[in-house]
Order: sequence, then C-alpha cells, then structure tokens
Amino acid sequence: MISIKNVSKWYGSFQVLTECSTEVAKGEVVVVCGPSGSGKSTLIKCVNALEPFQKGEIVVNGISVGDPKTDLPKLRSRVGMVFQHFELFPHMTVTQNLTLGQIKVLGRSEQEARDKGLKLLERVGLSAHKDKYPGQLSGGQQQRVAIARALSMDPIAMLFDEPTSALDPEMINEVLDVMVELAREGMTMMVVTHEMGFARKVAHRVIFMDAGRIVEDDSKDQFFGTPRSERAQLFLSKILQH
Amino acid sequence: MGFDFDVIERSLPYLFRDGMTFTVTLTLLAMTGGIFFGTLLAMMRLSALKLVSMLAGAYVNLMRSIPLVLVIFWFFFLVPYIGAWIFRESQPIKVGAWLSAVITFTMFEAAYYCEIMRAGIQSIARGQVWSGYALGLNYWQTMGQIVLPQAFRNMLPVLLTQTIILFQDTSLVYVISATDFLGAAAKIANRDYRLVEMYSFVAVVYFIISYSLSLLVKRLQDRIAIIR
Repeated sequence: MISIKNVSKWYGSFQVLTECSTEVAKGEVVVVCGPSGSGKSTLIKCVNALEPFQKGEIVVNGISVGDPKTDLPKLRSRVGMVFQHFELFPHMTVTQNLTLGQIKVLGRSEQEARDKGLKLLERVGLSAHKDKYPGQLSGGQQQRVAIARALSMDPIAMLFDEPTSALDPEMINEVLDVMVELAREGMTMMVVTHEMGFARKVAHRVIFMDAGRIVEDDSKDQFFGTPRSERAQLFLSKILQH
Repeated sequence: MGFDFDVIERSLPYLFRDGMTFTVTLTLLAMTGGIFFGTLLAMMRLSALKLVSMLAGAYVNLMRSIPLVLVIFWFFFLVPYIGAWIFRESQPIKVGAWLSAVITFTMFEAAYYCEIMRAGIQSIARGQVWSGYALGLNYWQTMGQIVLPQAFRNMLPVLLTQTIILFQDTSLVYVISATDFLGAAAKIANRDYRLVEMYSFVAVVYFIISYSLSLLVKRLQDRIAIIR
C-alpha cells in the first residue's frame, strides 16, 4: 500500500532523512517512534507530499508521490491525515469541517456529505457537538472530529502524526480508543506516536527512528522483546520506566 | 467680517450630494479593488516561484516609495497614452478625472493592502494549510476556503484602519481638479471668499467621520479578540 524506498531529505545543507526504506501493507498498522527531532513527523509528511523529499521514491497505492506529474490533490484525498494540533478549521462548524473536503474534492452533494459526516461524528461519539465551533471543544474532542474528518473522505490509508501528544493526559484514551477500533477494522495505518500501549495493543510492526535514519523495523513482538540497536533499547527503557 | 455660518448651510446640498458622494464612492471602490488586488499581490509575494514573488515585491515597493500625489498626477497624464496604445488609437484616449482616480487609488492602495494581507496570511499556522492539502484541496481551494477567510478576519481592524487613511487621502484628487468633498468646498470657498468657514467645516467633517470609524474599528477589535 505504502512503499518508501531510500528516501533522503535535506533542509538546505542539513540532512533530516537519510536513506529511509520501509513498507506498509494493506491492513497493516505500523507505529513509528523515536526521540524528538529524529525525523518521524517529516517522514510521515513525505508520504502525502506535504513535505518534499530530494532523493528516493515513495509509492502509495501504485502512484509515485515524488513524480511531478502526479495529481497530488487526488492522491492526498485518498490518504487521511491526522495532525498533532488537530488543525480543524476554526472558522467553520464541526459539520462544515466534516463536509468541506467531501463537497469540494469528492464532489458529493451537500446532503450526502452531511449524512456521511454526521454518521462518522456519531461513531466518534460527538453527535451533540455538530453545530459547535472547534474552539468550543476540548482537545480530545477536536482530535476525534479530526479523525472523523479524515474518515469522511473514505481513505485507503490513514496517517497519524503524534495524534495524542498535544492532549491532556485524561483525553488521550478517548482518542486512542477510536484509533484502536479503526485498526481492528483493518484500516491501513501509519502512526507516529510515543504511546507504546497503543503499539502493543494493535501495531503489527514498530519502526524506530534516530537522527533521520530508520534504525529498527521489526514486528511488534521482536521490538518489545529484543530491540537490536542500543539506541532503541535506551529509548524504550526511558519511556517504559513508569 | 465675522464667521459666516450661512455659507455652509447654503452649500450643504452641493457639498454632500456632489462632493461627499464622490469621496465615499471613490473610497469604497478603491477599497474593494485594492483589497482584491492586494490579496492577489500578497499571494504572489508569498509564492514559492521566485519570479512571481519578485515581480509582486517590486510593484509593492515601487508604489510605497512614491508620493501618492505624484502617482495621481503621473497616472492622469499617462493613462490616455497607455489606453491609446492598448486600443491602437492614434490619439490619446479621453480618460476623465473620475476613472483615472479610481484606477490610481485602487492600484496604489493595493500595495498597502497587500502588506496587510501578507501579514494576515503569514499569521495562519502552517498546519492549517497542511490540513487543507491533506484533504485533497488544491492551492486555490485551500487559500479561498481556509487561509484567506481567517487571514481576512484577523486583519479586519487593520484593513479598516487603512481604509480610513484612504478616505482622507482621496482628498488629494484636487490635483486633477476632481470635485470631491474637499474640492467642492474649495470651489465655494474661492467663489464666495469664505476660506476660513469652508476649510474649517471640511476639517470638522473629516474628523467626525474618521474618528467615528476608528472608534468602530476599536470595538470590532475587542470583539474579535473575545471570539478568538
């Protein structure tokens, strides 16, 4: 579904990604972890071309992301993305947030888009808030709306860029629950997160990044059992201490 | 010779029906056109294409480095020749003071509105653009649906403040003998030798309008601050 081959990226002369390669198969849940500044967010943003990369190739559902001839809006509309800071549109109501892409990009009628949006809103347990503005919701609620918004486009895969790291601790679980459910339904997911509990529960594979490189790319059991790199062991021992 | 209020009263219909109508219409047209072109210029200035941002930057810097009076003058005398060139006429085409003023003010103000809208666009978090693109929206949709509505709203007080300045600046059309509010008053003042009365009255009217508008902007600013 998603294939990343030898991807390198520079900001000026500073190299942020070095020869990254991995695959995400259909229905697979892959968790990407690693210390801050290791390039995880950059890598996931390369997958739907929000960040350009200078070397290598990324292929999503048979379409090359880096190819200048690729219709990027069309490709992106098929890949859902959830951001660390939710990025709901603050000047639109929850319902408008849910229907905008469906109407403008997929060409659905307003009624159709609304029905779909409200159905997904119910799924994330927020039907009562359909007419509110994002600013009136808590962080956890906003992030659930953001997930519903991404799902409204009927994506073939979902990208999550640290979806819980801007949340208060008591709101993390309501978001993770939605994600776990999604994973169990067989959604293809690439998730940048520090939530190792989530990784243990639903991930098929765990990728560990450090300094712009993919250091570990293991099955979940391998990763939590015996990570090969010292850096990954250190990282795990730090975040699993408590 | 005392202060003659009567001359003011007598000329009120002329001052407002002719003069103020000109001033207000010019202000509104130049504001609308200026914000429209200013927004386009701002998008160009922020473009990743070097040539596009350079062209817009050059235009804005040029306009902001020339006194407005000079632009009005220069344009008034140049537009007939440009028009003749565009429409392939042998004679300079006739462009009245009115049309010339509208075009000049729109183009001049566009440079200032551009800088305001540029700040507005830059005030919108990068993530908002990402999130629009991630949904599959293209550049124009992302701008039109997500970035510009927020930028416009954030910048509304500043845009209106600039419009108050524009409202006062329109009085400079006297250099091309157009009859705006000040021009109308000047004509009466000269005809009836009532310079003190007329110019004082004009000053008071400009002050009342501009000051009320700026109070309005202040209230608007407070309201936007609460909502955000």
